[in-house]
Amino acid sequence: MIPSSFEYFAPTTVAEAVSLLQKYGDDAKILAGGHSLLPAMKLRLSNFGALIDINKIHELRGIHVDGNISIGAMTTYHAIESSDALKATCAILPEAVSLVGDIQVRNRGTLGGSLAHADPAADPPAVMLALDAHVHVTGPGGNRTIAIGDFFTDMLTTSLQPGEIITSITLNPLGAGEGAAYSKFPHPASRYAIVGAAAYVKLEGGKVSACRIGITGAGPKAERQASAEAALIGTDGSAEAIAKAAEHAGENMDVLSDIHAGEDYRRAMIKVYTRRALTAAVERAR
Amino acid sequence: MTAETTLKPRMVGQAIKRREDPQLITGRGNYVDDIKLTGMTHAAILRSPYAHANIKSIDTSKAAAHPGVVAVFTGADMLDINPLPYAWQAAGVPNNANGPRALAHEAVHFVGEGVAVVIAEDRYIARDALDLIEVDYEPLDVVVDAEEATQPGAVQLHENAPNNIVFEWQCGDKAKADDAMAKADMIVKERIINQRLIPTPMETRGCIGHYNGGTDEYTLWMTSQAPHVHKLVLAAFVMGIPEHKIRCIAPNVGGAFGAKIFMYSDYPLVLWASKRIGRPVKYMEDRSENYKQTTHGRDHITDVELGVMKDGKVVGMRVHTYANMGAYLSTASGGIPTTLYGRIITGVYDIPAAHCLVKGVYTNTAMVDAYRGAGRPEASYMIERMMDRAAVELNMDPADIRRKNFIQPDQFPYHNAVGLLPYDSGNYEPALDRALEMAGYANFRQQQAEARKQGKYLGLGISSYVEICGVAPTAWVMSEGWGAGLWESANVKVQLTGKVTVFTGTMPHGQGVETTFAQIVADELGVGYDDVDIKYGDTANTPMGYGTYGSRSLVVGGSAMKKSLDKIKEKAKRIAAHLLEANPADMEFADGKAFVKGSPDRAKTIAEIAAAAAVGANLPPGEEPFLDATSYYDPPNCTFPFGTHICIVEVDPDTGRVDLKRYIAVDDCGPQINPLIVEGQIHGGIAQGLAQAMYERAVYDENGQLISGTLMDYAIPTAAMVPHIETDYTVTPSPANPLGVKGAGEAGTIASAQAVMNAVIDALAPFGVKHMQMPATPENVWKTIHSK
Ligand SMILES: Cc1cc2nc3c(=O)[nH]c(=O)nc-3n(C[C@H](O)[C@H](O)[C@H](O)COP(=O)(O)OP(=O)(O)OC[C@H]3O[C@@H](n4cnc5c(N)ncnc54)[C@H](O)[C@@H]3O)c2cc1C
Repeated sequence: MIPSSFEYFAPTTVAEAVSLLQKYGDDAKILAGGHSLLPAMKLRLSNFGALIDINKIHELRGIHVDGNISIGAMTTYHAIESSDALKATCAILPEAVSLVGDIQVRNRGTLGGSLAHADPAADPPAVMLALDAHVHVTGPGGNRTIAIGDFFTDMLTTSLQPGEIITSITLNPLGAGEGAAYSKFPHPASRYAIVGAAAYVKLEGGKVSACRIGITGAGPKAERQASAEAALIGTDGSAEAIAKAAEHAGENMDVLSDIHAGEDYRRAMIKVYTRRALTAAVERAR
Repeated sequence: MTAETTLKPRMVGQAIKRREDPQLITGRGNYVDDIKLTGMTHAAILRSPYAHANIKSIDTSKAAAHPGVVAVFTGADMLDINPLPYAWQAAGVPNNANGPRALAHEAVHFVGEGVAVVIAEDRYIARDALDLIEVDYEPLDVVVDAEEATQPGAVQLHENAPNNIVFEWQCGDKAKADDAMAKADMIVKERIINQRLIPTPMETRGCIGHYNGGTDEYTLWMTSQAPHVHKLVLAAFVMGIPEHKIRCIAPNVGGAFGAKIFMYSDYPLVLWASKRIGRPVKYMEDRSENYKQTTHGRDHITDVELGVMKDGKVVGMRVHTYANMGAYLSTASGGIPTTLYGRIITGVYDIPAAHCLVKGVYTNTAMVDAYRGAGRPEASYMIERMMDRAAVELNMDPADIRRKNFIQPDQFPYHNAVGLLPYDSGNYEPALDRALEMAGYANFRQQQAEARKQGKYLGLGISSYVEICGVAPTAWVMSEGWGAGLWESANVKVQLTGKVTVFTGTMPHGQGVETTFAQIVADELGVGYDDVDIKYGDTANTPMGYGTYGSRSLVVGGSAMKKSLDKIKEKAKRIAAHLLEANPADMEFADGKAFVKGSPDRAKTIAEIAAAAAVGANLPPGEEPFLDATSYYDPPNCTFPFGTHICIVEVDPDTGRVDLKRYIAVDDCGPQINPLIVEGQIHGGIAQGLAQAMYERAVYDENGQLISGTLMDYAIPTAAMVPHIETDYTVTPSPANPLGVKGAGEAGTIASAQAVMNAVIDALAPFGVKHMQMPATPENVWKTIHSK
């Protein structure tokens, strides 16, 4: 629980942070809320010579809702769960992050940090997949936008390039006929998801016209559930239709097995929690 | 109406808040890690990553050369420190005992065993330098399961322990039990696993060793439940230091649950190293180290059979248990699965014939020793699970089968069939009745049936328990294999100004002893509660005592204090008689005064007497000055608290999740000095017991790696995971001590796991489930349902 020594920087602009990242290369790491990074460093699972603390870069914080929703990378879970603007336009997000860890974790942890870390058991990735978010980054080559579907590449791995920093995340507000919900089975010790299911549905003329499901906790990375989504689209979103669609959840997915939940059990829970999330999402869409 | 006899309100029996708490919850406690000595260095210990290996070589040269490193030592340097002793061995049978060394020498036997120590100017440097030590290990085969370890072909841990067996101990009458089983209408059998748990006190263990070259004295600040025992064992067995040259000090201790009773390698290590380098040495475990090397609890694999008659009467019981002792024999570990388990397997029931065989087994895991309840939770869980199991086979109500078999009030003192001292007192049915009433049992079965129709699975579990507290007398415990005394001590001083200081040999660390002892003193001497201070923890100023564990502080230590208070009162009466020119035989002491019988106006207050005694100018001939008394108390028997707990759960069959809907506890710990503290102890104990049923499980993989080695993996419950607890009490005093008290520290843990599991299994009855192992995690419950 004693980390090795490191140099500490606290830049105040994104440009400064990017140049520090370039200067220290592989030995550098961004420090956001620190709730994933610091435990790993204390256990010496990872050691970095330079920590670049981006908490002083004010432009990275804040929630803006107008035509669309933009959330600064350094916005804490606490800010998200207490945002009235988000509750009104995208209730699933404040609800989901209110289930992250405990209050201490939510006061420090950030949305950008969660996505960059890409923990297979983190909650936000599933929600971002269901909401079809976009991740905005700044790096040595300037700015670019990554669709969430292209963002998570493997366990703890993303398509962020060396020297890139997440600056914000954008989403579409949910309108009439749209609903989204998150259903989570928390680990009793860590509170991370053993299985978490985020579901988005759109109803048009009494039929499901769009559906996106993100599953976290169960596999090496958060993943969409194409066959379950396809099975629901075109149906009336009834309990039966949902139950049938949920049976497809987990198909073509690598599923983890550990002392907390074996593969069989996780696969069964993917279905149960998908069903529960879809049921709540459809209810909201109606 | 006699207006003048206004008695001071009694303090005993009042639910006052603990005087210990304001200091602790405002961050003004003084724990080992808060102590900083001039010139103090910091130790970091390199721990084996292998569960079983020979150490071929260790190269410490790079670490020693690292800037800021003061010294590096290995096991080879410390061969003058003896292996740690085993103070409690299984009685009457050979014990193939092996103790760990201060640092491993030539071989390691579990992951986390210390291999080398770096002593440095600060903790960061010490930790960095660990990475520079090179150890060449030759890995060996590993065994972590106690039953497997005894099988032919299993790797052997220690030369003197064939088949890894430490001891094979038995109690009860085998022939009689076999005969009873043969005559029983039915035999109910089960394999019951009591999984390994990790005690997890909030404060990890640590110590500071300081050798004073000027006086040739050693001082050890330590996280201890029993500083006098640590002092004795370090001096007499481990280091050969004359006992008067070593002083142990336990400051505030942040929880222990048993794990801080024992001798650990780091205690002699820091003392030895301090002498070598001439500076104080601090070592504080981090949580990962605490999980790997501080003792664990439970870990039994048991095959049990009950012989029952058709009417529900249990006539016989046979038990065979593998007790996993870990890689070495820890300080008290030999007594836990023997005396404190085997001798109480029959619980609250009058089972005429029983036999228990226990095999203590070495495995490549952390040592197992006492953890809150120690042996009794394992026994209580087993018999209470089996009573339900038998009730199901007989299609009998679980409350009825308990009632049918309870030891009856007129059977006390009661001798059980497995050789325990007689149960002192008890009356089991009222506690069961009250718990059933609180639970609304009369209507429950109907509610349960209706809920099942709607696809809801409710279950109710009953646990009627008895336990053993204040383990004594010394002569008996020694005959059971314990190597020293289990009496307790107290010194009481009434100062010149009438203030009272008590020095107790116990070592409270969360039990509220400062509060309860002061309550007793206030009533006994008639002084103000705030005028009493309770001191403990420093072997240099407290009388020899055996410490705090086994719910013994009040039962044994409080009784020693009561004896001292009686002596003080006797002396006060003699001095008052002298001052009043009265006959000492005519004096009485009550309400803070010594007075002449029949004329309460002829009186001296305790403050007046204390002043006269402390000044000493006007005392009876031959009387020594000062009101000061020391007593030692060795009880004639243990105490046997009991009660009934009931848990109601609902199981979600889709996910296997268990919702703890209600928890009801009716306990009998005798008269209560402070009901608020009793309530707190019961709550905390229940939280730990239901955590075993629901959440906690120490898991080693087949390589001996502890994969539940962090708080992200090992689920101790938060307040949100523990249901509201509804309590009530019955009061049956113990005849075994002058206070009539019985102890309440472990009852909650001993009673609760089986209340929860019986409820879960009851809920799963429609799926044909009759037993499942703990913990009832969602996955475990789901699999149990789906395997049917
Ligand atoms: C006890 C505990 C319980 C938890 N429970 C949960 C839970 O239930 N659900 C859950 O989802 N999570 C949980 N977490 C994790 C928590 O959500 C973390 O805070 C989060 O995963 C990481 O966010 P952070 O801001 O703390 O990032 P940090 O820990 O500071 O950083 C994480 C990683 O992301 C990188 N990074 C951070 N910000 C950026 C950026 N803007 N651009 C590029 N890279 C960046 C860092 O360099 C680092 O590699 C828990 C954590 C703890 C300690």
